[in-house]
Amino acid sequence: MDHFGIWLAAFLTLGIYSFLYRDNAWYKLSESIFIGISAGYWVVILFWDNFYAKFWLQRQDDPMLWVGAALGFLMLLRLIPKIGWIARWPLAFIDGATAGLWGMNFLASNIMVQTKATIMPLMGPAFSGSIGDLLSNLVLVGGTFCGLIYFFFSKEHKGAFGNAARVGIWTIMITFGAMFGYTVMSRMSLLIGRIDFLFRDWLGLLK
Amino acid sequence: MNRRMIEMSILAVITILSIIAYLGKINGWHNGYTFSTGLSITLIILLAASVIFILVLTIKGKLIGRRIVFLYIGIAITLPLFMDISQEIVVSNDVKAVYADLEGLPAGSKILVSFDYDPASAPELQPMAEAFIGECFKRDFKLIMMGLWPMGPQQANMAVDTIMNRMGLTDQDIIYGEDWVNLGFQTGDVFVIQRMGGSFESMFHTDINGRPYQDIPLVKNIKNFSNIDYSFNLSAGFPGTVEWVQVGVDRYGLKLSCGNTAVQAPTVYPYLKAGQLSGLIGGMNDGAAFEKLTQLEGKATKFMLSQSFSHLIIIAFIFIGNVAYFRTGRKSALKK
Repeated sequence: MDHFGIWLAAFLTLGIYSFLYRDNAWYKLSESIFIGISAGYWVVILFWDNFYAKFWLQRQDDPMLWVGAALGFLMLLRLIPKIGWIARWPLAFIDGATAGLWGMNFLASNIMVQTKATIMPLMGPAFSGSIGDLLSNLVLVGGTFCGLIYFFFSKEHKGAFGNAARVGIWTIMITFGAMFGYTVMSRMSLLIGRIDFLFRDWLGLLK
Repeated sequence: MNRRMIEMSILAVITILSIIAYLGKINGWHNGYTFSTGLSITLIILLAASVIFILVLTIKGKLIGRRIVFLYIGIAITLPLFMDISQEIVVSNDVKAVYADLEGLPAGSKILVSFDYDPASAPELQPMAEAFIGECFKRDFKLIMMGLWPMGPQQANMAVDTIMNRMGLTDQDIIYGEDWVNLGFQTGDVFVIQRMGGSFESMFHTDINGRPYQDIPLVKNIKNFSNIDYSFNLSAGFPGTVEWVQVGVDRYGLKLSCGNTAVQAPTVYPYLKAGQLSGLIGGMNDGAAFEKLTQLEGKATKFMLSQSFSHLIIIAFIFIGNVAYFRTGRKSALKK
């Protein structure tokens, strides 16, 4: 990286981290540059990779593309308040198509396969699992069952039913805790990456 | 001297020191520094003692500001980067599964690798990418790379360059177009995967350099997923591993393992347990474990000490925060 580029990268990195001290002009400048470049980058990507590559270059080979282009044009009518309601048609098309596609994907992958995975034998096929597997499967099955009970609101959470719901909420809380732990790990990794950049690539202080 | 003047003076000193360090780097006045083991241990003891001192202050009812916590996190990450202390890395079964998959493939197997991340997630995912690509080159696998994120393919090229330099490989050893190819980025998210189930060429008319699909020896006979032996997804969000599982695996029968950011790993664990994924490298910790298995130690291994130190500091400050909570009462703690 040339001198200007690496100094600019360091300047912007430190500018963003300066917010940890307090809000300041350096941070605001760095943030604004980031937002502006991101917006510009996405406009260019969407124009050249979507409009130009997928419609303009292939418009004569595939007449169906004109239908998509027309629906895209209708979306822009939102900018004219009097006929803005027409923009609901392409939105309806997008909603319907997306719901249909995602509905299928989630039904197959997240409901059917996941449900099947939850009702496997506790000791594995033909009692092949270890004690660890048995405990793991018990936690999986018990946690799923109690978690579902917690979200069952047609019956008051009292007695054995209430206790199962309490186990369910504990399972959910432990899951959130694990997710938080992973998030911390991830954020620390990113911070390590930037500090490595500052001390190794920029200042050359690290071997 | 007022506060503003002090702040500006500190900034000026840091700027001057940075310029001196940078001039030192480009003129060869220094070649980087590594702390000796004795100095490293001394610094660790001093750091631990200062945290205990903060705990004592907290017990006495004197609460520290949030900036001190930030400073400690910064120190806990920076100092280990200078230390020459190695840390034992434990390899999980999920990571072993990825490596076992590679061991089970014959030479010449075609592997599809999707780079679904950008530089923001590179500290976590780039070391995984480099180790995975390096292991594939060692085993003479053929790599077909692509990206559902605009900057993914650039990350792929960077990973290939880095690992080839590290392994001492040249363009004659690993030939572009025969041993690996980068098909580039394609918009459309999950629809790209779906269309690839019918035809790769319908989504990638050319590679990243504009070379027509049919002119690339490695892929000209690859029609769709049925011609792929194994796939690996490096993912930092949407579109990523979840979409590859839903369409590539469950609809087209692709065999898939993945490398994820730690944030995303809990989301994909259910797929691993259900057998929809064959292996998972989750976060920098698993990245270091994969580097250990492949014996291609890189940045994930180097960064693990900083990762561990920062976690210890966070745990310590969570404890101190709870002490402050119980010592001073909720309302006064919140006011501070």
